[in-house]
Amino acid sequence: MSEQFEPDERAAAAERLRHAGFSEADVQREVTELEEKSATAARIFDLRRIIGGLFVVYGVIVTITGLTDSDADIAKAQGININLWTGLGMLLLGIFFLVWLKLRPAAHPTPPVPPVPPEAVEEKRPE
Amino acid sequence: MRTPTYFAAEPLAAELRLPTNWLDYTILGIYFVVVLGIGFAARRSVKTSLDFFLSGRSLPAWITGLAFISANLAATEILGMAANSAQYGAYTVHWYWIGAIPAMVFLGLVMMPFYYGSKVRSVPEFLLLRFDRGAHLLSSLLFAFAAILISGVNLYALAIVVEALLGWPQWVAIVVAGFFVLAYITLGGLSSAIYNEVLQFFVILAALIPLSVLGLKRVGGWDGLTDSLTKARGDDFVTAWGGTGIGSDNPLGANWLTIVLGLGFVLSFGYWTTNFAEVQRALSARNLSAAQRTPLIAAFPKIFIVFLVMIPGLVAAVLVPQIGTADSDLQYNDAIPYLMEQLLPNGVLGIAVTGLLAAFMAGMAANVSSFNTVFTNDIWAKYVVLGREDAYYVRFGRLITAIGVLASIGTAFLASSFSNIMAYLQTLFSFFNVPMFVVFIVGMFWKRASMKSGFWGLLAGTTAAMVNYFVLYKQDVIGIPTDQGANFVSAIAGFVAGAVVMVAVSLFTAPKPAEELQGLVYGTVSPGMAEPPAPGDEAWYRKPALLGWGAVILAAACYIPFSF
Repeated sequence: MSEQFEPDERAAAAERLRHAGFSEADVQREVTELEEKSATAARIFDLRRIIGGLFVVYGVIVTITGLTDSDADIAKAQGININLWTGLGMLLLGIFFLVWLKLRPAAHPTPPVPPVPPEAVEEKRPE
Repeated sequence: MRTPTYFAAEPLAAELRLPTNWLDYTILGIYFVVVLGIGFAARRSVKTSLDFFLSGRSLPAWITGLAFISANLAATEILGMAANSAQYGAYTVHWYWIGAIPAMVFLGLVMMPFYYGSKVRSVPEFLLLRFDRGAHLLSSLLFAFAAILISGVNLYALAIVVEALLGWPQWVAIVVAGFFVLAYITLGGLSSAIYNEVLQFFVILAALIPLSVLGLKRVGGWDGLTDSLTKARGDDFVTAWGGTGIGSDNPLGANWLTIVLGLGFVLSFGYWTTNFAEVQRALSARNLSAAQRTPLIAAFPKIFIVFLVMIPGLVAAVLVPQIGTADSDLQYNDAIPYLMEQLLPNGVLGIAVTGLLAAFMAGMAANVSSFNTVFTNDIWAKYVVLGREDAYYVRFGRLITAIGVLASIGTAFLASSFSNIMAYLQTLFSFFNVPMFVVFIVGMFWKRASMKSGFWGLLAGTTAAMVNYFVLYKQDVIGIPTDQGANFVSAIAGFVAGAVVMVAVSLFTAPKPAEELQGLVYGTVSPGMAEPPAPGDEAWYRKPALLGWGAVILAAACYIPFSF
């Protein structure tokens, strides 16, 4: 992987090499810079939608199974219609996550601020 | 001493084969699709190396908290703790209430400000800042090695269990699970691993709760369970402390002192506070308050999960009184699979199989995602290829993820010499985490601990624990009745040796200059710690101190019914 460095790039590379993260100041600066450029907060999807969706699907499948279970299935489960109860439980959990998502949507993070000098960043990095 | 190894599970295949049908496989198939989907969807969010290795330090506390517990709730833990319960009885609660909660609370309340506030990206990186390159490189290498080894244990255990339960050949299980873990971590990095862990947490609960309920019903409820066990195994089997007086005999082979010091203090603090596979989840939280709350939120499910693994183990001990002995085909590890086969109808059975597979994959993924971080940030970027642009390290992280998964497959076979998977894991942790913990605790609370002392403490502690286990115990120089008992004693030996060597070395070598210790030693503050809390963090139920002490009191209260 041999990229050709532009002059600016080369200077940047030399700078990086000088501060390769061996002191506390290097690590603090490096991680702060990366946090500024990080895309996770802005672009990651909301997990509640996935959990909610999966458990609603599972809940429906397992509840229907419970409703159609044979006597042998119920006898195996010690006389409890375990598919029905588990299915309903999973359905409720799924609905809980979807309702939570609806009521409290993720606060959209503030758009990335334009580059600020590092000293200013130390003072008031938005969280 | 138990002699049968986990290989003995093979002849069981026909007996434990689950009556799975298309419905169960549909449930499993849906899960695999969602797992991959999360990987692809999380790919968009990876822009910098911080996104790939630490989710950009931006996840909410409930997600990191559940991932924290899930990374620990691997299938080896679930099957191993059920095995523990079938073998030792209610002593299993010690691994949770004294062997986890205090350490998790300590991590959240005391250590997290230093970890998160110093902005380190890994546990070894903290050692680099606090001590020197020697301690850093040694701890990075030890960790990378241990992570691959444990990930291999997971994969091997998965193959054995899947072969017995579903009839898949071992290599199919290894390739399928390895491929999915490889795919979703390479695509989405830590975010993808963490999201899948949270999902796994709920699926495994949906599997274990019905199993425990039906198991209890089968043996006549909790009273029926304890009556049968008391009759068959004696009074101590269903108590936490019975027979643990010093010098008295109990199935665990440990007395209250080795339980409290070895398990509750050294092993547990070593695992929970310095194992990067756990700490990484907290470091990916979005601010200091969320990072502190990560292990505290995890502590509450941890207190109650013990019932979901212990009850199936105890029920199996009642239903198959000869379990784990030569008179029965069933090993202790088979407790949960046996109950699944006996009690679960199709449907819930599919959920249980999915939960078990998910737990195997999450356990492996936790190790792989922490391995790639340490290998890239701490080994490659600091000692091999320095100062390249950030995108290079993201590419390298993806490559090393693939290599790590392949290496795990290779090490899977090392796991074969212990029948109780948990004992194996604990053995490894006592060798790698205990010395780490000594070095941390001395370095964090004693300013004078010198730069060189970290390296020598780490080396001495690891060596002492290994010598105690492999020479003194395995060669019968000292008499300890069980593996678990020997683990506890090895952990204490490693701790003491590490601490003594650190103090001795510190007295003769130069301390780190005070200005380089800001935010790394107790009583100092680094710039990162001064960040203002996010709006809403001041709510009473988000106060770390309240959550932490609440968990400790709850765990202590849980002991009461098991103590008399």
